[in-house]
Amino acid sequence: MKYMLLIYHEEQAWGGFTEQERQKMYAEYGQFSQEIIASGHHLGGSELHPCSTATSVRVRDGKQLATDGPFAETKEQLGGYYLIEAGNLDEAIAIAARIPSARMGTIEVRPVAEAAVPASV
Amino acid sequence: MPPAREELERVFREEYGLIIASLIRRSGSFDLAEESLQEAFSAALTNWEQDGTPTNPAAWLTRVAQRKLVDMLRREKTKSDKQPELEFETQRLQERLQDGNEGGSPPSSEEDLESRLEYQDDRLRLIFTCCHPSLSEEAQVALTLRTLGGLATSEIARAFLLPEPTLAQRLVRATNRIRIARIPYQVPALEVLPQRLASVQAVVYLIFNEGYAATSGDSLIRRDLCAEAIRLGRLLCRLMPDEPENLGLLALMLLQDSRRDARINGRGELVTLEEQDRSFWDRIEIEDGLRLIETALRLRRVGAYQLQAAIAAVHAEAKAALETDWQQIVALYAELKRINPSPIVALNHAVAVAMSEGCEQGLRLIEAAGVGGKLDHYYFFHAARADLLRRLDRTQEARAAYSRALRLTANQVEQKYVRRRLEEATKNGDA
Repeated sequence: MKYMLLIYHEEQAWGGFTEQERQKMYAEYGQFSQEIIASGHHLGGSELHPCSTATSVRVRDGKQLATDGPFAETKEQLGGYYLIEAGNLDEAIAIAARIPSARMGTIEVRPVAEAAVPASV
Repeated sequence: MPPAREELERVFREEYGLIIASLIRRSGSFDLAEESLQEAFSAALTNWEQDGTPTNPAAWLTRVAQRKLVDMLRREKTKSDKQPELEFETQRLQERLQDGNEGGSPPSSEEDLESRLEYQDDRLRLIFTCCHPSLSEEAQVALTLRTLGGLATSEIARAFLLPEPTLAQRLVRATNRIRIARIPYQVPALEVLPQRLASVQAVVYLIFNEGYAATSGDSLIRRDLCAEAIRLGRLLCRLMPDEPENLGLLALMLLQDSRRDARINGRGELVTLEEQDRSFWDRIEIEDGLRLIETALRLRRVGAYQLQAAIAAVHAEAKAALETDWQQIVALYAELKRINPSPIVALNHAVAVAMSEGCEQGLRLIEAAGVGGKLDHYYFFHAARADLLRRLDRTQEARAAYSRALRLTANQVEQKYVRRRLEEATKNGDA
């Protein structure tokens, strides 16, 4: 069963980190990624550039409308994700809890629909 | 009622959780388990009336339901090619039925005992699934009552004053979520067990309180909810007997429930603890509760339920209100305040202080507990404050506080109590 772990954090807080703090965080992420690759849970994942680089696209009445900024203005922003393989929700939650950002932000765990609708994957 | 039907209703009530738990483990699906058990119950209705009630009704139902499961598996399998989710379920079902005993010949008593023990583990798994933090609290309560309690959707809806379709939909959403997010059917890992057990206990106590402190609704259904919560509490104690908070929770519910008949007088009015006729207290429940809390405290891992039960025990041990050991209650509340600081605990502590040290001191602490406005919308805060003001002869203020309390409760019993106090205060004020 695939789960998407969406990492929400305060971009501002991240921006306020010192270079040293940032390096430490990256090191922790690196180690976490290695661990879940080794344990066979890791399917993919990445950090995202900040919301200031986001474009939101909608098509209405056949007309394409692209606007700047994220889909929703929230206190915490989507900053990255992991796609993992886990036996059940408890296992996925346990892995999510090990993501370094879980200590400051929030990890949203979403089951991936592996199904009927042929997505582009 | 024909005896077979009567027996079936008893079995439904007492064994539903037991049987459904094993069916869910075997099928990996709440929906299939429920459907197969419903079919088994229908079959029992005709069968038992013809052939008489079997010696072990639960085993009979389990066996029949398992056969129904196999049938469903075959039916689902033909559909499953197009639906991967179902395929997952049928695969699991197949594996499980292969290693499980499909039944056929009636089990010997030894096998029977073994399978009962296995059921118990199933119910422990089930309770953790039903109370999974990924489900909303409302869904946890509904699902626990439905699956472990065997309450009908209509009964749960009535108890919570909800339209039946609303509750039915809540249950469907919950079981969908369990299936889609794959909420596991297992006892949680050791590192998260304390939090997860706490949320199970919270659900059980929530059910009890819905029945006991009823904010509205009629009393008979309420009584059922309390009985159901106590049953679930007993189950938790049986499943995890070394958890002192399980014992504390059960003791607390029993000790509170023991006062049920004394809480409401012949006119349907709420009677305060102080004014209750203690001869109406249920001695059996009290003794049960006292024994449990003693056992729990001996395990030396104190927690909030144990402390609340200990407080209820002090009340239970006082033959008359005047003999209440308020000093001990104050000490227990102080400890509770330390491990579980909340405005409501602070309020109760204040009321105990009022009883042991005087209304002035108590009122001061009540006002302190109300700072920040967190208790502004809490009936008991205004009612307790009003009572102290009344005792201090501050009639005007008491009247205002009673009026405030009156607006905050939909419970008719509480409303009657406050109205009576208001009338008294008005009379005294006029005199």
